[in-house]
Amino acid sequence: MALTKEQMAQRIARELKDGYYVNLGIGIPTLVANYVPKGMNVVFQSENGILGMGPFPYEGEEDADLINAGKQTVTLLPGSSIFDSSTSFAMIRGQQVQLTVLGAMEVTDTGDIANWKIPGKMVKGMGGAMDLVASAENIIVCMMHANKAGESKLLKQCTLPLTGVKCVKKVVTDLGVFDITPDGFLLLERAPGVTVDEIRSKTEGRLVIPSNVPEMML
Amino acid sequence: MNKIVANADAALEGIQDDMTLMVGGFGLCGIPEKSIAALVRRGVKGLTCISNNAGVDDFGLGLLLQTRQIRKMISSYVGENAEFERQMLSGELEVELIPQGTLAERCRAGGAGVPAFFTPAGYGTEVAEGKETREFNGKMYVLENWLKADFALVKAWKGDRFGNLVYKRTARNFNPMMAMAGKITVAEVEELVEPGELDPDEIHTPGIFVNRIFKGEGYEKRIEQRTTRKRN
Repeated sequence: MALTKEQMAQRIARELKDGYYVNLGIGIPTLVANYVPKGMNVVFQSENGILGMGPFPYEGEEDADLINAGKQTVTLLPGSSIFDSSTSFAMIRGQQVQLTVLGAMEVTDTGDIANWKIPGKMVKGMGGAMDLVASAENIIVCMMHANKAGESKLLKQCTLPLTGVKCVKKVVTDLGVFDITPDGFLLLERAPGVTVDEIRSKTEGRLVIPSNVPEMML
Repeated sequence: MNKIVANADAALEGIQDDMTLMVGGFGLCGIPEKSIAALVRRGVKGLTCISNNAGVDDFGLGLLLQTRQIRKMISSYVGENAEFERQMLSGELEVELIPQGTLAERCRAGGAGVPAFFTPAGYGTEVAEGKETREFNGKMYVLENWLKADFALVKAWKGDRFGNLVYKRTARNFNPMMAMAGKITVAEVEELVEPGELDPDEIHTPGIFVNRIFKGEGYEKRIEQRTTRKRN
């Protein structure tokens, strides 16, 4: 069975380490915050100017002056700080943020990523994605393995305009977990019940399959 | 020293057609809503607006799109606006999309007298097309120029007649850099206080960057995505 969005977030949460500063993109990546292991200290950065972002506020306690980068109302945790956008991206470009998790439309076996523009469709903009992928040392892409037409999103070359080149380190899809290596996508884990053959048939980019590919522990 | 003006209309004196404006805010958070309303009343056209976002259909910069006062937007993300989409697709509105961190730093550079800087953002993408690139310590960077504006319109929580500003929570966002980069910077505040009431250690924007300040009445502060959790 392919992973649900929640399970993908749960799997990515296992990449968190105590003391990490983490930036989560909009969509499935946001769910990762729900699966931080108990007792682990992780500080979430929101690029509109928060370190120490907390959960959504209780009903009636929303503050129009306190939102995340997805423009959702949020809260602050003890020890949080607020800063301007320039300082926020200084943290990002300065590589103080240890982990960035974001969604994508396409990723290549060399770590290129496309996630901001589909020619001919309404272009909304890249927001902070280009700054994040150009700078972060550890970027995990979280996305469905294939698009709605069933075509692989793990490619040799992006067909869409790029967001960044040679930057993605790891990909978590609904079918498996992959490291980006000089030889291509290294299959590390399979989703429970998903076969190596299924992953092979749905991966267009170069795929490296070790002799033993364990099922994911959730 | 007294930079206080009576209201938004007085604060915008001198804004003319075809000028370049910086407008603070992230989404609808921390936008200068009183100055935007006054721009609609003023009726100036052909504006170039530098702002992270373009508002929603009936609030924020969306109001200036409805009245066709904006010729060009320079932004990082312009998602939530149907009228924007229509004008962009029909070619009435010119749009330049730039990475958010680059936008913030270009404003800061404009205010700080730094004409250009190298950033890794956008290298290898269409954002870098036509721009100088250079390698530093084995990594490639793109040369980006400063941004300046005829007027910068910012919103703060508190301010005094010297122009000193304190922002509230994430309503700070782009406001401090834009306040630095305007030839004339107009700050609207929720509270005007006496000099000395703001702790000098806690001022976010020193008054030197601000030319005019006024107190806005009755802020709407619309929430774009109201997200909550249930009490257990």
